[in-house]
Amino acid sequence: MLTGKAFKFGDDISTDLIIPGKYAYLRSNLPELAKHVMEDADSTFASRVKQGDFIVGGNNFGLGSSREHAPLVIKMAGVKAILAKSVARIFFRNAINLGLPVLVCDTDSIGDGDELEIDLQSGVIKNKSNGKQLAFGKIPAVMLRILDEGGILPYIEKHGDFRL
Amino acid sequence: MGKTIAEIILSTKSRSDAHAGDIVVAQIDLAFVQDTTGPLTVRQFRAGGFKKLANSLKAAVFLDHAAPSQSREMSNDHILLREFARQTGALISEVGDGVCHQLVAESLAKPGDLIIGTDSHTVTAGGLGAFACGMGSSDVAIGLGLGRTWFRVPETFLVELKGKFAEGVSAKDLILYLIGQIGADGATYKALEFGGDGIGGMSISQRLTVSNMAVEAGAKVGLFPAEETTCRYLTEQGRADHYTPITADGDALYQRVIKIKLGDLEPMVAKSHTVDNVVPVREVIGTKIQQVSIGTCTNGRLEDIEIVARMLEGKHRHPDTRLIVTPASRDILMSATAAGYIKTLLEAGAVILPPGCGSCLGLHQGVLGDGESCLSTANRNFKGRMGSAEAFIYLGSPATAAATVVKGEITDPREFL
Ligand code: SF4
Repeated sequence: MLTGKAFKFGDDISTDLIIPGKYAYLRSNLPELAKHVMEDADSTFASRVKQGDFIVGGNNFGLGSSREHAPLVIKMAGVKAILAKSVARIFFRNAINLGLPVLVCDTDSIGDGDELEIDLQSGVIKNKSNGKQLAFGKIPAVMLRILDEGGILPYIEKHGDFRL
Repeated sequence: MGKTIAEIILSTKSRSDAHAGDIVVAQIDLAFVQDTTGPLTVRQFRAGGFKKLANSLKAAVFLDHAAPSQSREMSNDHILLREFARQTGALISEVGDGVCHQLVAESLAKPGDLIIGTDSHTVTAGGLGAFACGMGSSDVAIGLGLGRTWFRVPETFLVELKGKFAEGVSAKDLILYLIGQIGADGATYKALEFGGDGIGGMSISQRLTVSNMAVEAGAKVGLFPAEETTCRYLTEQGRADHYTPITADGDALYQRVIKIKLGDLEPMVAKSHTVDNVVPVREVIGTKIQQVSIGTCTNGRLEDIEIVARMLEGKHRHPDTRLIVTPASRDILMSATAAGYIKTLLEAGAVILPPGCGSCLGLHQGVLGDGESCLSTANRNFKGRMGSAEAFIYLGSPATAAATVVKGEITDPREFL
Protein backbone atom coordinates (compact mmCIF):
# COMPACT_ATOMS: atom_id res chain seq x y z
CA MET A 1 0.00 0.00 0.00
CA LEU A 2 1.40 3.38 -1.02
CA THR A 3 0.33 6.60 0.68
CA GLY A 4 1.36 10.13 -0.08
CA LYS A 5 0.43 13.50 -1.45
CA ALA A 6 -0.52 14.27 -5.05
CA PHE A 7 1.41 16.87 -7.04
CA LYS A 8 -0.93 17.73 -9.85
CA PHE A 9 0.25 18.70 -13.33
CA GLY A 10 -1.61 19.27 -16.60
CA ASP A 11 -1.50 17.60 -20.02
CA ASP A 12 1.62 17.10 -22.12
CA ILE A 13 4.28 17.08 -19.42
CA SER A 14 7.26 16.56 -21.73
CA THR A 15 10.62 15.10 -20.81
CA ASP A 16 11.98 18.64 -21.31
CA LEU A 17 9.67 19.85 -18.53
CA ILE A 18 10.70 16.92 -16.33
CA ILE A 19 14.42 17.44 -16.91
CA PRO A 20 15.45 19.93 -19.62
CA GLY A 21 18.03 19.06 -22.28
CA LYS A 22 20.10 22.04 -21.19
CA TYR A 23 21.10 20.04 -18.10
CA ALA A 24 22.36 17.11 -20.17
CA TYR A 25 25.86 17.98 -18.97
CA LEU A 26 24.82 16.94 -15.44
CA ARG A 27 23.66 13.48 -16.42
CA SER A 28 26.72 11.78 -14.97
CA ASN A 29 26.15 13.67 -11.71
CA LEU A 30 22.71 12.42 -10.77
CA PRO A 31 22.35 14.13 -7.35
CA GLU A 32 23.01 17.49 -9.03
CA LEU A 33 20.73 16.68 -11.97
CA ALA A 34 17.92 15.62 -9.64
CA LYS A 35 17.80 19.09 -8.10
CA HIS A 36 16.21 20.30 -11.34
CA VAL A 37 13.38 17.77 -11.43
CA MET A 38 10.19 19.27 -12.97
CA GLU A 39 11.88 22.67 -12.92
CA ASP A 40 10.23 24.21 -15.98
CA ALA A 41 6.80 22.85 -15.02
CA ASP A 42 6.94 23.93 -11.35
CA SER A 43 10.12 25.42 -9.98
CA THR A 44 9.03 24.77 -6.35
CA PHE A 45 8.43 21.04 -6.86
CA ALA A 46 11.94 19.84 -6.00
CA SER A 47 11.89 21.59 -2.63
CA ARG A 48 8.34 20.53 -1.70
CA VAL A 49 8.19 16.87 -2.76
CA LYS A 50 8.59 14.25 -0.04
CA GLN A 51 9.38 10.54 0.03
CA GLY A 52 6.26 8.62 -0.92
CA ASP A 53 4.49 11.38 -2.85
CA PHE A 54 2.88 10.99 -6.26
CA ILE A 55 3.04 12.88 -9.52
CA VAL A 56 -0.37 13.18 -11.15
CA GLY A 57 -0.57 14.26 -14.76
CA GLY A 58 -3.14 14.50 -17.54
CA ASN A 59 -2.83 13.25 -21.11
CA ASN A 60 0.38 12.10 -22.78
CA PHE A 61 2.62 12.27 -19.73
CA GLY A 62 6.34 11.97 -20.52
CA LEU A 63 6.15 12.73 -24.23
CA GLY A 64 9.36 13.58 -26.00
CA SER A 65 12.84 12.29 -25.58
CA SER A 66 13.99 8.79 -24.65
CA ARG A 67 16.04 10.12 -21.72
CA GLU A 68 15.65 7.59 -18.92
CA HIS A 69 16.89 10.40 -16.69
CA ALA A 70 13.32 11.74 -16.70
CA PRO A 71 11.76 8.90 -14.67
CA LEU A 72 15.08 8.51 -12.86
CA VAL A 73 15.07 12.02 -11.36
CA ILE A 74 11.39 11.58 -10.45
CA LYS A 75 12.25 8.38 -8.66
CA MET A 76 15.22 10.00 -6.95
CA ALA A 77 12.91 12.73 -5.67
CA GLY A 78 11.09 10.05 -3.67
CA VAL A 79 8.02 9.78 -5.90
CA LYS A 80 6.50 6.31 -5.59
CA ALA A 81 4.14 6.29 -8.56
CA ILE A 82 3.05 8.39 -11.51
CA LEU A 83 -0.66 8.65 -12.30
CA ALA A 84 -1.82 9.96 -15.66
CA LYS A 85 -4.67 9.70 -18.15
CA SER A 86 -2.24 8.49 -20.80
CA VAL A 87 1.50 8.02 -21.00
CA ALA A 88 4.01 8.31 -23.84
CA ARG A 89 5.42 4.96 -24.87
CA ILE A 90 9.16 5.37 -24.21
CA PHE A 91 8.62 7.08 -20.87
CA PHE A 92 6.26 4.29 -19.78
CA ARG A 93 8.79 1.59 -20.58
CA ASN A 94 11.64 3.56 -18.96
CA ALA A 95 9.74 4.12 -15.72
CA ILE A 96 8.81 0.43 -15.42
CA ASN A 97 12.43 -0.51 -16.20
CA LEU A 98 13.46 1.55 -13.17
CA GLY A 99 10.82 -0.07 -10.98
CA LEU A 100 8.65 3.07 -10.89
CA PRO A 101 4.93 2.26 -11.33
CA VAL A 102 2.97 4.27 -13.89
CA LEU A 103 -0.77 4.02 -13.40
CA VAL A 104 -3.23 4.98 -16.09
CA CYS A 105 -6.49 6.34 -14.74
CA ASP A 106 -8.87 9.28 -15.02
CA THR A 107 -6.98 11.81 -12.91
CA ASP A 108 -9.60 14.59 -13.19
CA SER A 109 -10.96 14.04 -9.68
CA ILE A 110 -7.52 14.30 -8.08
CA GLY A 111 -6.58 17.77 -6.87
CA ASP A 112 -3.18 19.21 -6.10
CA GLY A 113 -2.24 18.27 -2.54
CA ASP A 114 -4.81 15.46 -2.19
CA GLU A 115 -3.79 12.56 0.06
CA LEU A 116 -3.86 9.29 -1.88
CA GLU A 117 -3.71 5.66 -0.89
CA ILE A 118 -2.82 3.27 -3.69
CA ASP A 119 -3.17 -0.48 -3.63
CA LEU A 120 -1.04 -1.79 -6.50
CA GLN A 121 -2.36 -5.31 -6.06
CA SER A 122 -6.08 -4.55 -6.21
CA GLY A 123 -5.68 -1.66 -8.65
CA VAL A 124 -7.55 0.85 -6.51
CA ILE A 125 -6.66 4.45 -5.67
CA LYS A 126 -8.40 5.98 -2.64
CA ASN A 127 -8.49 9.73 -2.50
CA LYS A 128 -8.61 10.44 1.23
CA SER A 129 -9.12 14.13 0.64
CA ASN A 130 -12.44 13.79 -1.17
CA GLY A 131 -13.43 10.22 -0.36
CA LYS A 132 -13.48 9.16 -4.03
CA GLN A 133 -12.17 5.85 -5.32
CA LEU A 134 -10.53 5.29 -8.67
CA ALA A 135 -9.51 2.18 -10.56
CA PHE A 136 -6.40 2.20 -12.70
CA GLY A 137 -5.85 0.24 -15.91
CA LYS A 138 -4.01 -3.03 -15.79
CA ILE A 139 -0.27 -2.78 -16.29
CA PRO A 140 0.57 -5.14 -19.21
CA ALA A 141 1.68 -8.55 -17.94
CA VAL A 142 5.25 -8.29 -19.30
CA MET A 143 5.77 -4.98 -17.58
CA LEU A 144 4.23 -6.25 -14.36
CA ARG A 145 6.81 -9.02 -14.27
CA ILE A 146 9.60 -6.49 -14.73
CA LEU A 147 8.08 -4.22 -12.09
CA ASP A 148 7.73 -7.13 -9.67
CA GLU A 149 11.47 -7.76 -9.86
CA GLY A 150 12.16 -4.08 -9.14
CA GLY A 151 13.13 -3.14 -12.70
CA ILE A 152 14.71 -4.53 -15.84
CA LEU A 153 18.26 -4.96 -14.49
CA PRO A 154 17.20 -7.06 -11.47
CA TYR A 155 14.84 -8.92 -13.81
CA ILE A 156 17.62 -9.85 -16.24
CA GLU A 157 20.01 -10.62 -13.39
CA LYS A 158 17.50 -13.10 -12.01
CA HIS A 159 16.28 -14.68 -15.26
CA GLY A 160 19.35 -14.21 -17.47
CA ASP A 161 17.11 -13.39 -20.45
CA PHE A 162 13.59 -12.30 -21.35
CA ARG A 163 11.16 -14.92 -20.11
CA LEU A 164 7.89 -13.56 -21.32
CA MET B 1 -4.30 -12.69 -42.90
CA GLY B 2 -1.73 -10.40 -44.50
CA LYS B 3 0.77 -8.37 -42.55
CA THR B 4 1.76 -4.77 -42.16
CA ILE B 5 5.41 -3.77 -42.54
CA ALA B 6 5.79 -3.74 -38.73
CA GLU B 7 4.36 -7.27 -38.48
CA ILE B 8 6.53 -8.53 -41.34
CA ILE B 9 9.77 -7.24 -39.77
CA LEU B 10 8.96 -8.33 -36.23
CA SER B 11 7.89 -11.79 -37.51
CA THR B 12 11.22 -12.23 -39.28
CA LYS B 13 13.29 -10.97 -36.37
CA SER B 14 11.45 -13.03 -33.77
CA ARG B 15 11.14 -16.09 -36.04
CA SER B 16 7.48 -16.29 -35.23
CA ASP B 17 4.14 -15.49 -36.80
CA ALA B 18 3.74 -12.09 -35.16
CA HIS B 19 0.55 -10.08 -35.22
CA ALA B 20 -0.49 -6.81 -33.64
CA GLY B 21 -0.85 -7.19 -29.89
CA ASP B 22 1.63 -10.09 -29.57
CA ILE B 23 4.67 -9.83 -27.33
CA VAL B 24 7.82 -11.06 -29.06
CA VAL B 25 11.51 -11.27 -28.29
CA ALA B 26 13.36 -10.21 -31.42
CA GLN B 27 16.95 -10.10 -32.68
CA ILE B 28 18.40 -6.63 -33.02
CA ASP B 29 20.50 -5.67 -36.04
CA LEU B 30 21.77 -2.34 -34.77
CA ALA B 31 21.79 -0.75 -31.32
CA PHE B 32 23.20 2.70 -30.78
CA VAL B 33 23.61 5.44 -28.20
CA GLN B 34 24.36 9.13 -28.33
CA ASP B 35 26.34 11.27 -25.93
CA THR B 36 23.55 12.43 -23.60
CA THR B 37 21.95 9.02 -23.05
CA GLY B 38 25.02 6.86 -23.73
CA PRO B 39 26.81 7.27 -20.39
CA LEU B 40 23.81 5.87 -18.48
CA THR B 41 23.61 3.05 -21.02
CA VAL B 42 27.26 2.20 -20.39
CA ARG B 43 26.69 2.23 -16.62
CA GLN B 44 23.59 0.03 -16.91
CA PHE B 45 25.47 -2.32 -19.28
CA ARG B 46 28.17 -2.72 -16.65
CA ALA B 47 25.71 -2.91 -13.75
CA GLY B 48 23.97 -5.72 -15.63
CA GLY B 49 27.25 -7.66 -15.56
CA PHE B 50 27.79 -7.48 -19.34
CA LYS B 51 31.40 -7.47 -20.53
CA LYS B 52 30.99 -7.68 -24.27
CA LEU B 53 28.52 -6.84 -26.98
CA ALA B 54 26.32 -9.58 -28.37
CA ASN B 55 28.03 -10.99 -31.48
CA SER B 56 24.93 -10.83 -33.57
CA LEU B 57 24.51 -7.06 -33.67
CA LYS B 58 26.20 -3.89 -34.79
CA ALA B 59 26.72 -1.30 -32.09
CA ALA B 60 27.51 2.37 -32.49
CA VAL B 61 28.28 5.35 -30.28
CA PHE B 62 27.61 8.89 -31.56
CA LEU B 63 29.13 12.04 -30.12
CA ASP B 64 26.65 14.48 -31.59
CA HIS B 65 24.52 16.33 -29.03
CA ALA B 66 27.41 18.27 -27.53
CA ALA B 67 29.65 18.50 -30.54
CA PRO B 68 32.14 19.88 -29.82
CA SER B 69 31.59 19.66 -26.09
CA GLN B 70 30.74 22.91 -24.33
CA SER B 71 31.58 21.74 -20.81
CA ARG B 72 34.00 19.69 -18.79
CA GLU B 73 31.15 17.37 -17.76
CA MET B 74 30.19 16.56 -21.36
CA SER B 75 33.86 16.12 -22.29
CA ASN B 76 34.19 13.58 -19.48
CA ASP B 77 31.10 11.78 -20.79
CA HIS B 78 32.73 11.71 -24.22
CA ILE B 79 35.84 10.14 -22.68
CA LEU B 80 33.68 7.46 -21.06
CA LEU B 81 31.94 6.72 -24.37
CA ARG B 82 35.19 6.57 -26.37
CA GLU B 83 36.59 4.11 -23.82
CA PHE B 84 33.46 2.00 -24.04
CA ALA B 85 33.72 1.91 -27.83
CA ARG B 86 37.40 0.95 -27.64
CA GLN B 87 36.76 -1.80 -25.12
CA THR B 88 33.76 -3.32 -26.85
CA GLY B 89 34.57 -2.67 -30.50
CA ALA B 90 31.45 -0.54 -31.02
CA LEU B 91 31.70 1.90 -33.93
CA ILE B 92 32.45 5.42 -32.79
CA SER B 93 31.29 8.54 -34.56
CA GLU B 94 33.34 11.54 -33.50
CA VAL B 95 32.40 15.11 -32.79
CA GLY B 96 31.71 16.82 -36.12
CA ASP B 97 30.72 13.66 -38.00
CA GLY B 98 27.03 14.45 -37.64
CA VAL B 99 23.71 13.59 -35.96
CA CYS B 100 23.23 9.93 -35.10
CA HIS B 101 20.00 9.50 -37.09
CA GLN B 102 21.45 10.98 -40.25
CA LEU B 103 24.57 8.81 -40.00
CA VAL B 104 22.48 5.72 -39.31
CA ALA B 105 20.47 6.49 -42.46
CA GLU B 106 23.57 7.25 -44.54
CA SER B 107 25.64 4.27 -43.65
CA LEU B 108 24.10 1.71 -41.30
CA ALA B 109 20.34 1.14 -41.62
CA LYS B 110 19.04 -1.41 -44.11
CA PRO B 111 15.46 -2.09 -45.14
CA GLY B 112 13.99 -4.77 -42.88
CA ASP B 113 16.45 -4.11 -40.06
CA LEU B 114 15.42 -4.02 -36.42
CA ILE B 115 17.13 -1.02 -34.84
CA ILE B 116 17.04 0.38 -31.32
CA GLY B 117 18.68 3.57 -30.12
CA THR B 118 18.71 5.62 -26.95
CA ASP B 119 17.09 8.52 -28.70
CA SER B 120 13.43 9.00 -29.49
CA HIS B 121 14.14 10.02 -33.08
CA THR B 122 15.59 6.61 -33.85
CA VAL B 123 12.32 6.29 -35.80
CA THR B 124 14.03 8.26 -38.59
CA ALA B 125 15.44 5.08 -40.19
CA GLY B 126 11.85 4.00 -40.85
CA GLY B 127 12.22 6.14 -43.98
CA LEU B 128 14.38 3.32 -45.37
CA GLY B 129 11.97 0.58 -44.30
CA ALA B 130 13.72 -0.33 -41.03
CA PHE B 131 11.75 -1.02 -37.85
CA ALA B 132 13.67 1.55 -35.82
CA CYS B 133 12.52 2.68 -32.44
CA GLY B 134 13.74 4.74 -29.53
CA MET B 135 14.26 3.24 -26.10
CA GLY B 136 15.80 4.21 -22.80
CA SER B 137 19.32 3.54 -21.62
CA SER B 138 18.52 0.36 -19.66
CA ASP B 139 16.67 -1.26 -22.56
CA VAL B 140 19.48 -0.49 -24.99
CA ALA B 141 22.13 -1.62 -22.47
CA ILE B 142 20.45 -5.02 -22.23
CA GLY B 143 19.92 -5.07 -26.00
CA LEU B 144 23.64 -4.50 -26.51
CA GLY B 145 24.49 -7.34 -24.15
CA LEU B 146 21.88 -9.92 -25.18
CA GLY B 147 21.42 -8.98 -28.84
CA ARG B 148 17.65 -9.03 -28.42
CA THR B 149 14.83 -7.33 -26.62
CA TRP B 150 11.09 -7.59 -26.22
CA PHE B 151 8.49 -5.79 -28.27
CA ARG B 152 4.77 -5.51 -28.30
CA VAL B 153 3.84 -5.80 -31.96
CA PRO B 154 2.07 -2.51 -32.69
CA GLU B 155 -1.21 -1.99 -34.48
CA THR B 156 -0.68 0.05 -37.63
CA PHE B 157 -2.25 3.22 -38.96
CA LEU B 158 -1.86 3.45 -42.72
CA VAL B 159 -1.30 6.97 -43.98
CA GLU B 160 -2.24 6.87 -47.64
CA LEU B 161 -0.63 9.67 -49.62
CA LYS B 162 -1.99 10.70 -53.00
CA GLY B 163 -0.53 12.93 -55.70
CA LYS B 164 2.29 15.44 -55.43
CA PHE B 165 3.25 18.41 -53.28
CA ALA B 166 2.42 21.86 -54.61
CA GLU B 167 5.36 24.25 -55.06
CA GLY B 168 6.72 25.59 -51.79
CA VAL B 169 5.23 22.69 -49.83
CA SER B 170 7.30 19.75 -48.61
CA ALA B 171 7.54 16.69 -46.40
CA LYS B 172 7.79 18.83 -43.26
CA ASP B 173 4.43 20.43 -44.01
CA LEU B 174 2.94 16.98 -44.51
CA ILE B 175 4.09 15.58 -41.18
CA LEU B 176 3.15 18.76 -39.31
CA TYR B 177 -0.30 18.60 -40.90
CA LEU B 178 -0.70 14.94 -39.92
CA ILE B 179 0.37 15.55 -36.31
CA GLY B 180 -1.99 18.52 -36.15
CA GLN B 181 -4.81 16.25 -37.32
CA ILE B 182 -4.26 13.25 -35.05
CA GLY B 183 -2.61 15.00 -32.07
CA ALA B 184 0.63 14.51 -30.15
CA ASP B 185 -0.73 11.26 -28.70
CA GLY B 186 -2.82 10.30 -31.73
CA ALA B 187 -0.62 7.33 -32.59
CA THR B 188 0.74 6.35 -29.16
CA TYR B 189 1.99 2.72 -29.21
CA LYS B 190 1.06 2.46 -32.90
CA ALA B 191 3.10 2.03 -36.05
CA LEU B 192 2.56 4.71 -38.67
CA GLU B 193 2.97 3.22 -42.13
CA PHE B 194 3.08 5.47 -45.18
CA GLY B 195 1.76 4.24 -48.50
CA GLY B 196 -0.15 5.28 -51.59
CA ASP B 197 1.04 6.61 -54.94
CA GLY B 198 2.22 9.82 -53.25
CA ILE B 199 5.29 8.19 -51.76
CA GLY B 200 6.70 7.45 -55.22
CA GLY B 201 7.52 11.13 -55.66
CA MET B 202 9.11 11.48 -52.25
CA SER B 203 12.89 11.32 -51.98
CA ILE B 204 14.60 9.43 -49.15
CA SER B 205 15.48 12.78 -47.61
CA GLN B 206 11.77 13.66 -47.46
CA ARG B 207 10.81 10.22 -46.14
CA LEU B 208 13.37 10.54 -43.36
CA THR B 209 11.81 13.90 -42.38
CA VAL B 210 8.39 12.28 -42.12
CA SER B 211 9.56 9.17 -40.23
CA ASN B 212 11.66 11.35 -37.91
CA MET B 213 8.55 13.06 -36.58
CA ALA B 214 6.37 9.95 -36.25
CA VAL B 215 7.32 9.94 -32.57
CA GLU B 216 5.80 13.42 -32.19
CA ALA B 217 2.43 11.73 -32.70
CA GLY B 218 3.44 9.15 -30.09
CA ALA B 219 4.19 6.43 -32.65
CA LYS B 220 6.63 3.63 -32.01
CA VAL B 221 7.82 3.59 -35.62
CA GLY B 222 7.21 5.54 -38.83
CA LEU B 223 7.60 3.14 -41.72
CA PHE B 224 7.97 3.58 -45.45
CA PRO B 225 8.11 0.63 -47.81
CA ALA B 226 11.50 -0.02 -49.37
CA GLU B 227 11.21 0.23 -53.17
CA GLU B 228 12.99 1.73 -56.18
CA THR B 229 13.72 5.06 -54.52
CA THR B 230 15.27 3.24 -51.55
CA CYS B 231 17.30 1.06 -53.89
CA ARG B 232 18.56 4.11 -55.78
CA TYR B 233 19.50 5.88 -52.54
CA LEU B 234 21.42 2.90 -51.16
CA THR B 235 23.19 2.48 -54.48
CA GLU B 236 24.22 6.13 -54.45
CA GLN B 237 25.57 5.59 -50.94
CA GLY B 238 27.69 2.74 -52.29
CA ARG B 239 25.73 0.04 -50.54
CA ALA B 240 23.45 -1.43 -53.18
CA ASP B 241 23.93 -4.81 -51.48
CA HIS B 242 21.99 -3.50 -48.47
CA TYR B 243 18.78 -3.26 -50.46
CA THR B 244 15.87 -5.64 -49.95
CA PRO B 245 12.38 -4.65 -50.99
CA ILE B 246 9.82 -4.42 -48.17
CA THR B 247 6.13 -3.80 -48.65
CA ALA B 248 3.06 -4.64 -46.65
CA ASP B 249 0.87 -7.52 -47.80
CA GLY B 250 -2.05 -6.46 -49.97
CA ASP B 251 -4.52 -7.75 -47.38
CA ALA B 252 -2.72 -6.36 -44.33
CA LEU B 253 -4.99 -5.36 -41.47
CA TYR B 254 -4.81 -1.69 -40.51
CA GLN B 255 -6.41 -0.26 -37.43
CA ARG B 256 -7.05 3.02 -39.18
CA VAL B 257 -6.52 4.51 -42.62
CA ILE B 258 -5.78 8.22 -43.00
CA LYS B 259 -5.90 9.65 -46.53
CA ILE B 260 -4.01 12.78 -47.46
CA LYS B 261 -3.89 14.49 -50.86
CA LEU B 262 -0.43 15.99 -51.04
CA GLY B 263 -1.57 18.60 -53.55
CA ASP B 264 -4.05 20.05 -51.03
CA LEU B 265 -1.38 20.77 -48.41
CA GLU B 266 -0.02 24.23 -47.75
CA PRO B 267 2.95 25.45 -45.66
CA MET B 268 2.32 24.69 -41.98
CA VAL B 269 3.88 25.63 -38.65
CA ALA B 270 3.61 24.20 -35.15
CA LYS B 271 3.30 26.99 -32.60
CA SER B 272 4.86 26.71 -29.18
CA HIS B 273 4.70 24.72 -26.92
CA THR B 274 3.38 21.50 -28.46
CA VAL B 275 4.08 19.88 -31.80
CA ASP B 276 0.37 19.34 -32.51
CA ASN B 277 -0.39 23.04 -32.16
CA VAL B 278 -0.34 23.24 -35.96
CA VAL B 279 -1.74 26.00 -38.17
CA PRO B 280 -1.20 27.05 -41.79
CA VAL B 281 1.63 29.56 -42.06
CA ARG B 282 -0.87 32.18 -43.28
CA GLU B 283 -2.44 32.30 -39.81
CA VAL B 284 0.78 33.43 -38.12
CA ILE B 285 2.26 35.59 -40.85
CA GLY B 286 4.01 38.62 -39.40
CA THR B 287 5.09 37.03 -36.10
CA LYS B 288 8.50 38.56 -35.31
CA ILE B 289 11.33 36.04 -35.17
CA GLN B 290 14.75 36.62 -33.61
CA GLN B 291 16.40 33.36 -34.62
CA VAL B 292 15.97 31.00 -37.54
CA SER B 293 17.56 27.57 -37.00
CA ILE B 294 17.98 25.29 -39.97
CA GLY B 295 19.25 21.78 -39.47
CA THR B 296 18.71 18.81 -37.09
CA CYS B 297 17.90 15.21 -37.83
CA THR B 298 14.56 16.41 -39.24
CA ASN B 299 15.68 18.89 -41.88
CA GLY B 300 19.46 19.24 -41.99
CA ARG B 301 20.00 17.29 -45.21
CA LEU B 302 21.45 18.43 -48.53
CA GLU B 303 18.01 18.86 -50.11
CA ASP B 304 16.97 21.11 -47.22
CA ILE B 305 20.11 23.23 -47.41
CA GLU B 306 19.71 23.45 -51.18
CA ILE B 307 16.16 24.81 -50.87
CA VAL B 308 17.33 27.44 -48.37
CA ALA B 309 20.42 28.42 -50.40
CA ARG B 310 18.38 28.81 -53.59
CA MET B 311 15.88 31.02 -51.80
CA LEU B 312 18.58 33.11 -50.14
CA GLU B 313 20.68 33.62 -53.27
CA GLY B 314 21.45 37.34 -53.46
CA LYS B 315 19.37 38.06 -50.32
CA HIS B 316 20.31 38.77 -46.75
CA ARG B 317 18.92 37.89 -43.36
CA HIS B 318 16.76 40.58 -41.77
CA PRO B 319 18.90 42.75 -39.43
CA ASP B 320 16.84 41.65 -36.38
CA THR B 321 17.00 37.94 -37.17
CA ARG B 322 19.97 35.61 -36.75
CA LEU B 323 20.41 32.63 -39.06
CA ILE B 324 21.97 29.43 -37.76
CA VAL B 325 22.55 26.54 -40.13
CA THR B 326 23.65 23.12 -38.87
CA PRO B 327 24.24 20.47 -41.54
CA ALA B 328 23.21 17.04 -40.26
CA SER B 329 26.44 15.31 -41.29
CA ARG B 330 29.97 15.86 -42.51
CA ASP B 331 29.06 14.45 -45.92
CA ILE B 332 26.21 16.92 -46.21
CA LEU B 333 28.47 19.81 -45.23
CA MET B 334 31.03 18.74 -47.83
CA SER B 335 28.43 18.38 -50.57
CA ALA B 336 26.80 21.69 -49.63
CA THR B 337 30.21 23.35 -49.75
CA ALA B 338 31.05 21.82 -53.12
CA ALA B 339 27.70 22.96 -54.53
CA GLY B 340 28.31 26.52 -53.35
CA TYR B 341 25.35 26.51 -50.94
CA ILE B 342 27.48 27.24 -47.89
CA LYS B 343 28.98 30.29 -49.59
CA THR B 344 25.49 31.56 -50.43
CA LEU B 345 24.37 31.04 -46.83
CA LEU B 346 27.42 32.81 -45.42
CA GLU B 347 26.84 35.72 -47.79
CA ALA B 348 23.24 35.85 -46.57
CA GLY B 349 24.53 36.29 -43.02
CA ALA B 350 24.36 32.73 -41.69
CA VAL B 351 26.38 31.19 -38.88
CA ILE B 352 27.36 27.65 -39.85
CA LEU B 353 27.59 25.24 -36.92
CA PRO B 354 29.52 21.98 -37.05
CA PRO B 355 27.49 18.93 -38.11
CA GLY B 356 25.55 17.58 -35.13
CA CYS B 357 22.52 18.54 -33.10
CA GLY B 358 23.50 22.20 -32.95
CA SER B 359 20.98 24.40 -31.22
CA CYS B 360 18.18 21.80 -31.18
CA LEU B 361 18.18 20.82 -27.51
CA GLY B 362 19.34 24.01 -25.83
CA LEU B 363 22.55 22.46 -24.57
CA HIS B 364 24.91 24.84 -26.33
CA GLN B 365 25.21 27.19 -29.33
CA GLY B 366 22.07 29.03 -30.33
CA VAL B 367 20.36 28.98 -26.93
CA LEU B 368 17.35 31.31 -26.84
CA GLY B 369 16.92 34.14 -24.36
CA ASP B 370 13.79 35.15 -22.43
CA GLY B 371 10.94 36.30 -24.64
CA GLU B 372 12.69 35.40 -27.90
CA SER B 373 11.02 33.54 -30.74
CA CYS B 374 12.70 31.02 -33.00
CA LEU B 375 11.53 29.47 -36.25
CA SER B 376 13.24 26.10 -36.38
CA THR B 377 13.23 23.22 -38.84
CA ALA B 378 13.57 20.82 -35.90
CA ASN B 379 10.96 18.43 -34.55
CA ARG B 380 10.19 19.77 -31.06
CA ASN B 381 8.98 23.07 -29.71
CA PHE B 382 8.50 22.12 -26.06
CA LYS B 383 8.76 24.81 -23.45
CA GLY B 384 12.39 25.16 -22.40
CA ARG B 385 13.63 23.00 -25.27
CA MET B 386 16.11 25.52 -26.68
CA GLY B 387 17.26 27.07 -23.42
CA SER B 388 14.88 29.59 -21.92
CA ALA B 389 11.49 28.39 -20.72
CA GLU B 390 10.32 31.93 -21.56
CA ALA B 391 11.13 31.51 -25.26
CA PHE B 392 8.81 30.47 -28.11
CA ILE B 393 9.67 27.89 -30.74
CA TYR B 394 7.83 27.59 -34.05
CA LEU B 395 8.48 24.56 -36.25
CA GLY B 396 8.39 24.87 -40.01
CA SER B 397 9.89 23.69 -43.28
CA PRO B 398 13.26 24.81 -44.65
CA ALA B 399 11.44 26.97 -47.22
CA THR B 400 9.36 28.68 -44.52
CA ALA B 401 12.56 29.19 -42.50
CA ALA B 402 14.33 30.80 -45.47
CA ALA B 403 11.43 33.14 -46.23
CA THR B 404 11.17 34.04 -42.55
CA VAL B 405 14.83 34.93 -42.12
CA VAL B 406 14.66 37.41 -45.01
CA LYS B 407 11.64 39.26 -43.66
CA GLY B 408 12.37 38.86 -39.94
CA GLU B 409 8.85 37.57 -39.37
CA ILE B 410 7.00 34.38 -40.19
CA THR B 411 6.50 34.40 -43.94
CA ASP B 412 4.77 32.13 -46.43
CA PRO B 413 7.53 30.71 -48.65
CA ARG B 414 5.24 30.86 -51.67
CA GLU B 415 5.82 34.63 -51.66
CA PHE B 416 9.31 33.82 -52.88
CA LEU B 417 8.36 31.50 -55.72
S1 SF4 C 1 19.04 17.04 -33.86
FE1 SF4 C 1 17.67 17.47 -32.14
S2 SF4 C 1 16.05 15.96 -32.27
FE2 SF4 C 1 17.73 15.26 -33.59
S3 SF4 C 1 18.93 13.88 -32.30
FE3 SF4 C 1 19.81 15.92 -32.11
S4 SF4 C 1 18.82 16.85 -30.31
FE4 SF4 C 1 17.60 15.09 -30.93
